[in-house]
Amino acid sequence: MIRFILIQNRAGKTRLAKWYMQFDDDEKQKLIEEVHAVVTVRDAKHTNFVEVLAISVADSLSVLQFRNFKIIYRRYAGLYFCICVDVNDNNLAYLEAIHNFVEVLNEYFHNVCELDLVFNFYKVYTVVDEMFLAGEIRETSQTKVLKQLLMLQSLE
Amino acid sequence: MPAVSKGDGMRGLAVFISDIRNCKSKEAEIKRINKELANIRSKFKGDKALDGYSKKKYVCKLLFIFLLGHDIDFGHMEAVNLLSSNKYTEKQIGYLFISVLVNSNSELIRLINNAIKNDLASRNPTFMCLALHCIANVGSREMGEAFAADIPRILVAGDSMDSVKQSAALCLLRLYKASPDLVPMGEWTARVVHLLNDQHMGVVTAAVSLITCLCKKNPDDFKTCVSLAVSRLSRIVSSASTDLQDYTYYFVPAPWLSVKLLRLLQCYPPPEDAAVKGRLVECLETVLNKAQEPPKSKKVQHSNAKNAILFETISLIIHYDSEPNLLVRACNQLGQFLQHRETNLRYLALESMCTLASSEFSHEAVKTHIDTVINALKTERDVSVRQRAADLLYAMCDRSNAKQIVSEMLRYLETADYAIREEIVLKVAILAEKYAVDYSWYVDTILNLIRIAGDYVSEEVWYRVLQIVTNRDDVQGYAAKTVFEALQAPACHENMVKVGGYILGEFGNLIAGDPRSSPPVQFSLLHSKFHLCSVATRALLLSTYIKFINLFPETKATIQGVLRAGSQLRNADVELQQRAVEYLTLSSVASTDVLATVLEEMPPFPERESSILAKLKRKKGPGAGSALDDGRRDPSSNDINGGMEPTPSTVSTPSPSADLLGLRAAPPPAAPPASAGAGNLLVDVFDGPAAQPSLGPTPEEAFLSELEPPAPESPMALLADPAPAADPGPEDIGPPIPEADELLNKFVCKNNGVLFENQLLQIGVKSEFRQNLGRMYLFYGNKTSVQFQNFSPTVVHPGDLQTQLAVQTKRVAAQVDGGAQVQQVLNIECLRDFLTPPLLSVRFRYGGAPQALTLKLPVTINKFFQPTEMAAQDFFQRWKQLSLPQQEAQKIFKANHPMDAEVTKAKLLGFGSALLDNVDPNPENFVGAGIIQTKALQVGCLLRLEPNAQAQMYRLTLRTSKEPVSRHLCELLAQQF
Repeated sequence: MIRFILIQNRAGKTRLAKWYMQFDDDEKQKLIEEVHAVVTVRDAKHTNFVEVLAISVADSLSVLQFRNFKIIYRRYAGLYFCICVDVNDNNLAYLEAIHNFVEVLNEYFHNVCELDLVFNFYKVYTVVDEMFLAGEIRETSQTKVLKQLLMLQSLE
Repeated sequence: MPAVSKGDGMRGLAVFISDIRNCKSKEAEIKRINKELANIRSKFKGDKALDGYSKKKYVCKLLFIFLLGHDIDFGHMEAVNLLSSNKYTEKQIGYLFISVLVNSNSELIRLINNAIKNDLASRNPTFMCLALHCIANVGSREMGEAFAADIPRILVAGDSMDSVKQSAALCLLRLYKASPDLVPMGEWTARVVHLLNDQHMGVVTAAVSLITCLCKKNPDDFKTCVSLAVSRLSRIVSSASTDLQDYTYYFVPAPWLSVKLLRLLQCYPPPEDAAVKGRLVECLETVLNKAQEPPKSKKVQHSNAKNAILFETISLIIHYDSEPNLLVRACNQLGQFLQHRETNLRYLALESMCTLASSEFSHEAVKTHIDTVINALKTERDVSVRQRAADLLYAMCDRSNAKQIVSEMLRYLETADYAIREEIVLKVAILAEKYAVDYSWYVDTILNLIRIAGDYVSEEVWYRVLQIVTNRDDVQGYAAKTVFEALQAPACHENMVKVGGYILGEFGNLIAGDPRSSPPVQFSLLHSKFHLCSVATRALLLSTYIKFINLFPETKATIQGVLRAGSQLRNADVELQQRAVEYLTLSSVASTDVLATVLEEMPPFPERESSILAKLKRKKGPGAGSALDDGRRDPSSNDINGGMEPTPSTVSTPSPSADLLGLRAAPPPAAPPASAGAGNLLVDVFDGPAAQPSLGPTPEEAFLSELEPPAPESPMALLADPAPAADPGPEDIGPPIPEADELLNKFVCKNNGVLFENQLLQIGVKSEFRQNLGRMYLFYGNKTSVQFQNFSPTVVHPGDLQTQLAVQTKRVAAQVDGGAQVQQVLNIECLRDFLTPPLLSVRFRYGGAPQALTLKLPVTINKFFQPTEMAAQDFFQRWKQLSLPQQEAQKIFKANHPMDAEVTKAKLLGFGSALLDNVDPNPENFVGAGIIQTKALQVGCLLRLEPNAQAQMYRLTLRTSKEPVSRHLCELLAQQF
């Protein structure tokens, strides 16, 4: 299951943060910084996977049990697209889910760039919700997602 | 400007975002934001009603400000208003604001839920999806309560649009994960399974996730999904690369759906139906075959998508662990990846092979890749890949390759990353011990470990080598010689000094014949390190010295001189000073005989699970050591390493204690509390004028009992009559009476009361428990006017209980006069944790007819609870420590009694745990902690009870260090509310 999706630039500015489990604001900030720190030091000779041990989550008893996650990430120009999933999730499936998502963004925004994500942040959430929901992959067909997005685009 | 924002953009928003981006400093940004906030606030407060567009724009600006990291304390109401707009763009911003800034303001929740309800009922798929996404994103309990019943309906309704079904499936998944009790299983479940057959692949994709989650908790209800998943999977993998059109990704048909289906199948054992199984095996073979075909595209996306399916297929093959042919094929496939140019694939192949190594079918096949894996350990650039290689070497290690693997790991250790050194050290230590063919090799390996990575050799590792050397006399001479040589290095690690000091103190005599290692040489070698060492090591060396005085009387004068030196006798460290003083006195006062006795060689250590294995398990979580635990691959390992086989109980090995002699004031071994003393205390309590349980029938009961004379025609009496002497023996006591459990439950949270009553007999109980001991008084009252004869109450331990609980009973008089009462004393000792209570069997003759009655004695494990107070931080820490799934037991149940906080508190206290305040963020919840005291062990228990007054439900969670205890306590306690 996806725990969160982050899009960050090289400087560590968050361009999208989508959370699929309860974190309080401090923890979110900590996670954002941690992800940036572990991802930006890696290069093409490294894997696209980083195991993150013991992300401490202490706000409520029921979430304490989740401790081991991994970050699946891919870099596109100056942006890092990161998906945090459970340790036993399928790495390559999520790696390609990122790419599928990026191709949809690229098509939707006609050659997407970082600024598109800034100025249209509220639309990016819609794209995410079409493709991922409740921490699971909802729709994978680019044709279907784009058709739906264009339909929504046409609505007032 | 991006093409998409033309026409629909909110100009004001774009301007504002540009302004913020142009701010040169943080201060400027804050200033600009404050200006904007003031502007928005005045607009919202203004008299003029805002139109939808303006409202949307301002709410969106607020959202942007919030996402920049600033607090937003207004605008919620305006956002909620947007929800009821009938324009999509306005509604969307409203829902987005709500989803991002979840606010549990009860007033708003009601309004939000109302808007959601309207949208769900709107039959407009766009609006329905917005509402479903909002529920899925927020996932709060309130929303669950409001909508959990509606969503299954939407999901399976014949007229729901595909996109709505997709969203509904995942929305339901979210609610189920958040509060499973709110999602009622019902006839919809069968229809959900059939969504696997849906025309629309997107619906299937969403539904599989839901089914996978549901079937984990209710495997039987969803069993039919296996054959449906197999046939769906089969259709996908056998389709040509273009058949699925929209769902083909870089020439791979529906990769994500395939992966999800394969994961769903991993929730179940292999299909029993031969046809289904055959079809599935065919699928798996097809995937393996396709992996061998030339790629249809050079793009990495193609190979990733294809390999995502391949790795999941291999996971399923490993999960089944029943198809040797497939396992070996999987292994060969992964073997090819080990040298692939893609780092990702090498990493994943190493990881996947690690699990293959533990299957008996593929272990040998994995072993053939040893050289490649060793090479990976040496050459990979990414530390996480090297780590996987080390894991795999560890997993593939057996008697045949242990020497090679251990030596490679040792070599790797010299250059290994600091982050993984300790783990490598542990692994080497375990492999060396497990697969040692001769112990000299083992000793060499451990000493090498200390030499190469002394800082990372934890106590467990060097304790272990001492235990093994102490227990094996064939290796002691070699060990002494080797440490002696190792200590001659000009700079040696302190751990080496510790091991050397201990071993020479015990076995230095074995090498003393050689003039090069004569006693004075040994001593001066050790003593040359003394001043460089820490206090703990120096303390150990002092013990070695006193042992030397016994082993080698010729060193006595020299050593006494050392002990007498001011630097020892007046050492600022109290431990060193005490040792010096005591050892000096011992050496001068005691006779040789006494000295020889006191300083005798250490006795062998009791064999336990290897402490290092236990440590590795702690580091890696359960299952880490499994490859080693099951000796199945190597049954012959018992001869030499047999003693080291882990035993079921995980007891951490006590340190062989730097204190060789036990001379210093060590705490005495925890003596079991003197039962006599505790008993007296209890007697005092009972001797007081405490009221005895009421005896003598109350008027109504007397009336009844007169109306209803004892029934001599009871079948039992008929049977017993011909042979009145044949009282049933103690072995064949009857089953407990039907109400026994109910009666027992009454006593879970209290110790005194009436346990049983009928027309003839009343049994009262008074009991008190302290630590693992208890004393119980049973009062048997004869309610009739006729004497009971052959009265004999006995306590029986069914099953294993004998070894878990000791109950001593005193005999009682065989006659109980009419209207009289006799008392029986039971002394109870809890030896270890137990699940079933002892039985109390009461037999007597009444008016010539034998009577027999079996009850459950109200002794439950919680009676041996000792409350423990702790601060919130400690509680959370311990809670975290007990996070293995089997350590937790949880129950969600309906309240059977009115939900009164005070009553609940009293019950929890009666149950035995301490109640902790200010721990749970929700003051309505109860959190408790305690320790169950048994003679053999203590079981720490944490509990949490979450009442939900609205639903009249409770959720009870127990975490203890022992699995059955968690479950048992949970069951006991859940019946009390």
